[in-house]
Amino acid sequence: MKKVIKISNLTKKFGNFTAVDHISFDVEEGEIFGFLGANGAGKTTAMQMLCGISMPTAGEGTVAGYDIIKENELIKRNIGYMSQKFSLYEDLKVWENIRLFGGIYGLTDKVISTKTDELLKRLDFKDERNTLVKYLPLGWKQKLAFSVAIFHKPKIVFMDEPTGGVDPAMRRQFWEMIYEAADQGITVFVTTHYMDEAEYCNRVSIMVDGRIDALDTPAKLRGHFNAGSMDEVFRQLARKAKRGD
Amino acid sequence: MKQFIAFVHKEFYHIFRDNRTLLVILGMPVVEILLFGFAINMEVQDIRVAVYDPTPDTFTNGIAERIQQNAYFNYLGKVYSMEEMGELMRKGKLDLAVVFQQNFQEDLVHSGDAAVQLLSNSSDPNRGSIAVTYATAIIAGYQREQTGLMQMPFQILTENRMIYNPLMKSSYMFVPGIMGLVLMIICTIMTSVSIVREKERGTMEVLLASPLKQGTMIFAKTIPYMVISFIDFIIILLLSYFVLDVPVNGNLLLFFLIAIIYIALTLSYGLTVSTLVDKQVNAVIVSAITAMVPVLMLSGMIFPIDNMPMVLQALSTIVPARWFIEAVRKVMIQGQGLMMVWKEILILIGMILFLLVVTIINTKKRLE
Amino acid sequence: MIEVKDLHKSYTKGKVNALNGVTFSVKDGEIFGVIGPDGAGKSSLFRILASLLLPDSGIALMNGHDVIKDYREIRQIIGYMPGRFSLYQDLSVEENLTFFATLFNTTIEENYHLIKDIYQQIEPFKNRRAGALSGGMKQKLALSCALIHKPEILILDEPTTGVDPVSRKEFWDMLKRLKEQGITILVSTAYMDEAGRCDRIALMREGEFIANNTPQGIIDDYAETLWSVEGTGMSALLSELRSHSKIKSSFAFGDKIHVTVEGGLKTGELKEYLTKKEFSDVRIDPIQPTVEDCFMALTI
Repeated sequence: MKKVIKISNLTKKFGNFTAVDHISFDVEEGEIFGFLGANGAGKTTAMQMLCGISMPTAGEGTVAGYDIIKENELIKRNIGYMSQKFSLYEDLKVWENIRLFGGIYGLTDKVISTKTDELLKRLDFKDERNTLVKYLPLGWKQKLAFSVAIFHKPKIVFMDEPTGGVDPAMRRQFWEMIYEAADQGITVFVTTHYMDEAEYCNRVSIMVDGRIDALDTPAKLRGHFNAGSMDEVFRQLARKAKRGD
Repeated sequence: MKQFIAFVHKEFYHIFRDNRTLLVILGMPVVEILLFGFAINMEVQDIRVAVYDPTPDTFTNGIAERIQQNAYFNYLGKVYSMEEMGELMRKGKLDLAVVFQQNFQEDLVHSGDAAVQLLSNSSDPNRGSIAVTYATAIIAGYQREQTGLMQMPFQILTENRMIYNPLMKSSYMFVPGIMGLVLMIICTIMTSVSIVREKERGTMEVLLASPLKQGTMIFAKTIPYMVISFIDFIIILLLSYFVLDVPVNGNLLLFFLIAIIYIALTLSYGLTVSTLVDKQVNAVIVSAITAMVPVLMLSGMIFPIDNMPMVLQALSTIVPARWFIEAVRKVMIQGQGLMMVWKEILILIGMILFLLVVTIINTKKRLE
Repeated sequence: MIEVKDLHKSYTKGKVNALNGVTFSVKDGEIFGVIGPDGAGKSSLFRILASLLLPDSGIALMNGHDVIKDYREIRQIIGYMPGRFSLYQDLSVEENLTFFATLFNTTIEENYHLIKDIYQQIEPFKNRRAGALSGGMKQKLALSCALIHKPEILILDEPTTGVDPVSRKEFWDMLKRLKEQGITILVSTAYMDEAGRCDRIALMREGEFIANNTPQGIIDDYAETLWSVEGTGMSALLSELRSHSKIKSSFAFGDKIHVTVEGGLKTGELKEYLTKKEFSDVRIDPIQPTVEDCFMALTI
């Protein structure tokens, strides 16, 4: 199985403060990988390095086959990104957003046009083609944002808390979209605060104080920590944390 | 390349869908060109002139008549004493005084020369020197005319004096203007931003939900800026006096009073702006544009008000800086007293009250 | 106590309907939770009750004070914590607290006992700028500032959003202790699992309360037959279950799938069916619904 993420001893320091402390792990193609941790544990910083937007202080690795230190521009071209805080331009219409991001990732007009129609049909969005994104309900925005993030069929899609505040039914529909993407070979790297979503992942890692303190399938983690749920696993680990909260 | 075009496209959308930015980008140049076009009229016209002629004769009457007929001059008539002349000049009603010596004609015929004094109001040095030039030309023209009819050569001597600005320093004109401009910008922008910042950050919500009265908050916010603005004012004053040699002729306390009133006005304007906008960015834009442009163009700081078309002159009456600059010029450069500036002071106070009323009406007890 | 009758609120001249006739009441000293996703109308409701917005129609009384006419009195007796962090980022922890204490005509010392448990956790950082705190600590500071004047009613708008599970749990422990002091607490959240920590809850969706009861009451009212299904190949299992004629709904719930079934279907029957379809390790158990199950049953 091909490894789409391979990192070793990845570290990020801000002055005296070590945000990410020598983390190492691999992610395989088509995997759904859950990246968990308390606020301030270093998740966002680590993700920024993987996405090629932040330079590591030490360590090495490859993402989508490209070196994270020397080839970070190539990484950006081959990944998709979606965060809770921002993903789409609110004052642009649905189809305009799709075209914009398609264009940014180098798709031709013809391809964009065809794929847009397909996408809108699949999401049952055809009536909203010309709606400004700011008028869409949150759940729909998230679904659209995810579709836009994988529009150019990237090898990996990084998602930072994509389902925050979304209602339960929509959340599950969203995860079903994630499953479909994974079935098509897109690797999914996702962070979340919903512990039940941790169960939807193939493997899960938990960051504490900048280090990875646990990494395995949810079932094995539950067994190892003698816990009834991922929630308990998380709490046992987070309790040991010295940083922040 | 594709990315480039896609991004350019996106930016155009952002601009066209944001009405406020559009107004500024497209509307501003139009307004500025129009204002500039009409306000810049460096030609000096409508020069108010009065004549003091202790012993009227053919010559003096002749010269007076020529001046009266000249299109550039606004002939106010004859005055009957130098006190009267001085009074007119002090009240700002006179630009040029033409003073004939006693027994003008007699001296001219018997000694070959006689003198006429040209006193120009040089608070606006440009205007002052041009007024003198015109007048001198008229007198020289009269002299040429008459030379043919006289048996003996003669000469009319003109003596020029610049009142209020003997060295013709343009800084005298600018300094009050700069004061007006700087104080307006600082106070207005600073207060409006400070209040709108609370709205934007969300802290306003928490404050509203507390027993804090809006009035208390607003008043508390203006105090630090009042102190800082006054310090700024003192700095400008000191620099003008010591570095630019601008005289401070009048009563210093009166000057401070005018400054404090003006500062209070600019702060009130900042408050008014803060009730109208919701984002700090907009607060800065609205403050800067509505404060800066009128002050630069219409306050008499750079372009003389008298030269503007009537519409703009009328507009300039609602620009607070105009009254501030007039008051400051009178007190600081001309050394006038309270009696001369009470009108300006009253107008400024009136404007403050108006702005405060608008602010109070607009201040919301709730979020929307 | 809080009494709300038929509250309506819309924005943008009627185009956006935020509240569609909300009616409920909260008893003194109760923790009342409003549970619902973003866009349900929770913030609009809370802002109206905090006297920060005017309703289009309807009545709301906070301890007897009308939100429209008596806003001055209301603002003396409530503690309000809005949805996002709304304290002064460039003031320190202690400076923020002192400011808010003074705003309410009190001092930190006077009501220190109220916030002691909470404040002790951030006290080591009391000189740090509020903007430099982590998410969980900001929540604790915001809560302290809302409590410092001993309010009668505490209004908390999504205080645990974006905060990790451990901090969330601690926060709810703190709320329980506050309730013991006799403070009425109105709190909203998008996390369904927090519902169980309230005395009574309302499920909210698109401007309306779709349920209003104790958590147990809502569960008791659940009308469906609910099973939990496990097996290898979750994604495929889900599609298979969805195509089954006797299964009404199937949704993933962590490592299991919750299905609601038509009367008449038996667990043994389903298990056989799935095993025949080549799914291994199939387990089917009837289960009690969680609040999340109830919410979903009411919305689909």
